[in-house]
Amino acid sequence: MTNLKHLVLGTAAALIMGASGTFSQAMAEDTNYVPLLTYRTGAYAGSGIHIANGMHDYLAMLNERDGGIGGVKIAIEECETGYDAQKGVECYESTKGKNALVYNPYSTGITLQLIPKASVDKIPMLSMGYGLSAAAVGNTFPWIFNVPDTYWDGASVAIKYIAEQEGGLEKLKGKKIGYIFLDAGYGREPIPLLEQLSTKYGFELVQYPVPGKEMQNQSSQWLNIRRDRPDYMVMWGWGAMTPTAVKEAVKTRFPMDKLIGVWWSAGDEDAAAGGEAAKGYKAMNFSGVGSDFAALGDIKKLVIDAGKSQTDPSSFASTLYNRGVLNSVIIAEAIRNAQEKTGKKVLTGEDMRIGLESLDLTADRLAEIGLADFAHPMKVTCEDHAGGNPVFIQEWDGKQWQKASDWIEPMTDVVRPLLEAAAKEYAEKNAPWPARTEACPN
Amino acid sequence: MLYDIFIGPFVQMVEMPDFFLQVLWEGFVAGILYALIALGFVLIFKASGVFNFAQGIMVVFAGLTLVGFYESGVPALLALLLTIGVMGALAYGIERFVMRPLVNQPDIILLMATIGLTYFLIGLGEFVFGGEPKRMIAEELGLPTGSTAIEMGERGLVILQHIDIAAAVIAILMVTALGIFFNKTRIGRALRAVADDHQAALSVGISLNQIWAIVWFAAGLVALATGIMWGARSDVSFALEIVAFKALPVLILGGFTSIPGAIIGGLIIGFGEKIGEIYWGGLVGGGIESWLAYIIALIFLLFRPQGLFGERIIERV
Amino acid sequence: MFYREAGQFKTSYEADQALFPIRQDRIGLAVILLIAFVGIPLTANDFVLTSIMIPFLVFSLSAIGLNILTGFAGQLSLGTGAFMGVGAYAAYKLTSLFPDVNVIVMVLCSGFFSAAIGAVFGLPSLRIKGLYLAVTTLAAQFFLEWCFIRIPWLYNYNASGAIEIPSRDMFGILVTGPEATPLTRYFIVLAITSVIALLMANVLRGRIGRSWMMIRDMDIAAELMGIRPLQTKLLAFAVSSFICGVAGAMMVFFWLSAAEPSSYSIKLSFQILFMVILGGLGSLSGAFMGAAFIWILPVVLKFVPGMLGFDIEAATVEHLTFMIVGALIIFFLIVEPHGFARLWQIGKQKLRVWPFPY
Repeated sequence: MTNLKHLVLGTAAALIMGASGTFSQAMAEDTNYVPLLTYRTGAYAGSGIHIANGMHDYLAMLNERDGGIGGVKIAIEECETGYDAQKGVECYESTKGKNALVYNPYSTGITLQLIPKASVDKIPMLSMGYGLSAAAVGNTFPWIFNVPDTYWDGASVAIKYIAEQEGGLEKLKGKKIGYIFLDAGYGREPIPLLEQLSTKYGFELVQYPVPGKEMQNQSSQWLNIRRDRPDYMVMWGWGAMTPTAVKEAVKTRFPMDKLIGVWWSAGDEDAAAGGEAAKGYKAMNFSGVGSDFAALGDIKKLVIDAGKSQTDPSSFASTLYNRGVLNSVIIAEAIRNAQEKTGKKVLTGEDMRIGLESLDLTADRLAEIGLADFAHPMKVTCEDHAGGNPVFIQEWDGKQWQKASDWIEPMTDVVRPLLEAAAKEYAEKNAPWPARTEACPN
Repeated sequence: MLYDIFIGPFVQMVEMPDFFLQVLWEGFVAGILYALIALGFVLIFKASGVFNFAQGIMVVFAGLTLVGFYESGVPALLALLLTIGVMGALAYGIERFVMRPLVNQPDIILLMATIGLTYFLIGLGEFVFGGEPKRMIAEELGLPTGSTAIEMGERGLVILQHIDIAAAVIAILMVTALGIFFNKTRIGRALRAVADDHQAALSVGISLNQIWAIVWFAAGLVALATGIMWGARSDVSFALEIVAFKALPVLILGGFTSIPGAIIGGLIIGFGEKIGEIYWGGLVGGGIESWLAYIIALIFLLFRPQGLFGERIIERV
Repeated sequence: MFYREAGQFKTSYEADQALFPIRQDRIGLAVILLIAFVGIPLTANDFVLTSIMIPFLVFSLSAIGLNILTGFAGQLSLGTGAFMGVGAYAAYKLTSLFPDVNVIVMVLCSGFFSAAIGAVFGLPSLRIKGLYLAVTTLAAQFFLEWCFIRIPWLYNYNASGAIEIPSRDMFGILVTGPEATPLTRYFIVLAITSVIALLMANVLRGRIGRSWMMIRDMDIAAELMGIRPLQTKLLAFAVSSFICGVAGAMMVFFWLSAAEPSSYSIKLSFQILFMVILGGLGSLSGAFMGAAFIWILPVVLKFVPGMLGFDIEAATVEHLTFMIVGALIIFFLIVEPHGFARLWQIGKQKLRVWPFPY
């Protein structure tokens, strides 16, 4: 009865071994290998495609223009995760053996799965502005980086911005702030901070969870919002949830200028779904708006126009595309940094960790790489892997995003103690959590 | 606690009648859209006994094709016609390559085949059109996009979206047309004959293959209408596929073989879900919409296993 | 010629009722177990172990679980994913409440929780059957998924809403957590899967298994012959959910190491159902073959373009994989609706009479 099983197993195992064998040989000796876990399929592809394009195109541009970083080409390989945890782990396992330098999972779920593995496999993880907020505590999570900001920084900026509109933090008292979010790890992450702020400043926090399955069917949530009449809404949306929410907000005549999205709800298509009527919709952002940057020009010339990218020219330099570019800028700068610190040209994950931990992306350096004012200068320290960098608010003018505020500092004084506590709690829950043994490169 | 469950919600309904009306309206619209998806299921189930799980992805696929044609420069109405053509070709393909070889297989095999079809269409759809959500070309198709606000007393406001009204009208037209088609035309009668008994239908000279191609095409048209309506509410994206699961409790309520049942079941689920979520959902943290419909269906099933309009199942040993 | 049972005489009832009465089957099973326990650990690299063998075994076990319900007892269920989730969350709660108890005991205990939940959601099966029942199991799927999100006690109030598996050791060897070697995890998963599979093979040929099959083939007739439908159906739900629960717990403990509620979504239910149908309803070996097909094929397909030297974008490969898997599912359903198990039986018959056609 079970002989065929053996046959099937045997052939499959043989095939796989053959496959993985040829793959590891195919790796050239003198490249720095950067796997990109992306998703261009599935329910979240709408956001994922732009990120994937941005990440890929900047690195590809460096290969084309400068021949890589420090004279070493970057081997870029995309692995399709479909925002699915099973496939995410599979991608990780299949690429980590090829001397992967760094991982960017772009999914809170996959990030959580990979966090414990990072220190064991000695490959750092860069979850740029997403993932586990507590990972900002470098002494507990030496291998995880979430520059420039954690979700908690983001949530505090949203509250701070609302307070600014109202004329001061003390004016928040008695106000009602709604929080609509994707009901998954991603959307639940900021809740502890929002609750903390709500008790501190005396505003009422009302939560409107949107189940992943009901992303495109939000009329109940918005009806509830209409009934509760919150003064402001904060939104943590991703994928198809954001455009649906914007449309529903327009439909229920929620004042659009009082709706503030997180940086992942800042896509061009997200706001465009509401069209002219979504004018005034605001979102946080920490990467440049528009295509008016020298490096983006190079990407256009050397990668997109040369047909070496999957980017649709109409979505070039959209908000999420630029976000992907910033992600790759951080990777590239960390590689360069690591090359300087270690003196090696071809790096390993451990070298990359040093490069990330001593990353100091100054305004001058940004200008040097053709991205002046593309992002706020950011500096990683051994204690703080996020940095709590300021973010700005952008506003939809009916056709495109416009920068609508200066850089706003997050409430680091509130966020940092919470981060420390959360990191401690994580380490306790996952005891025995390894203590930091890595030396501080700074 | 007891007050919150048994009295509070009703007090709220009375205190804010405009809001209650709005909830009812939203429930009505959601119900119509569920009913449209359920209609696609019923058509196919009636004629071939196949429980078509691929209806959800057919909705997405039809929507994507329509937008895809439009984006490649075809005028909107022509794109609509071309999409109808594509759905026809798809119906023929499904009949020829999936249904015909699987004649007479048990239900579960046919069910699995339609899920296999779902995988195939997901892959094909993403391969051809890419994975990003697309904006539905509602305006270009001549559908109204504005909204009307009806004032009620002080501060009271009921907002009616024109597109939702259009959805309701189209759904009613579609059901009427299908009803006439089934009851008055030759093909419609043949369809019903097939539904009653395959072999008897064959023996009086009805071509099963032709009938099946026709029902799949009809289901494709329903999918296209659903795709346009739902796409206009949010976006045409692959996440929409999951909404199709909502059709299942609708079918349970209405019965698998009844077209009016699909409509009434859809409305019951639509109303029940919105009212439940808004007035009682908060008690348990919200988001109960994702399962309330199924529980309603489950409870209903315990009392009336054949659905509201289904034929009574008589089993013989 | 190669597979002939001629000449194997049974001289006692014990021999006649043995689990594997035919010598070739016994040898075959021994060879498979030898390969699984010795051959693969010696040759496979970490990727094969963690991304192919462990998931394959976990899925095989859950396919066995569903097969008992759908293939042997005839109750169609779309709630497998949620029942697996119950196992995972139960095991996680147990191991955080009693950190000193052996984690494998916890994984097995978690099965009792999913068995209880499964039996509750099996209650409607007494009144309804077929596709209607499938829809009610969807109620279980969506309701339980909602519970995983909405009851923070289940995930120990983690801010992320996910369960993260802590490191646990057994006799001084780490078995869970990031530092447990793939080989250790593989052996545990393999041992649990083989023991449960053998146990089930025994149960299924006995009184309980036969009563399930009677209910499947004709429930009214079975009732007339003295089978109690209530107990039998609920037992099928409970046993099936027990196995699925253990598989779900193994999935997060020994494979994924962290899980969000979306890991146990309707997608997983469909995945398992496919394995059962393609492998063959009512066949334990079919569960393994189905799991191999549905899990391993897409993983292998990913590498094919690279091996052939084509440079295709990862996303395109994914699209093509979807299309190929979908088309193959339909193809196999058309060619052999009774699944791979049936194909294997045909193959066995061919081997028996080879080189003659009859």
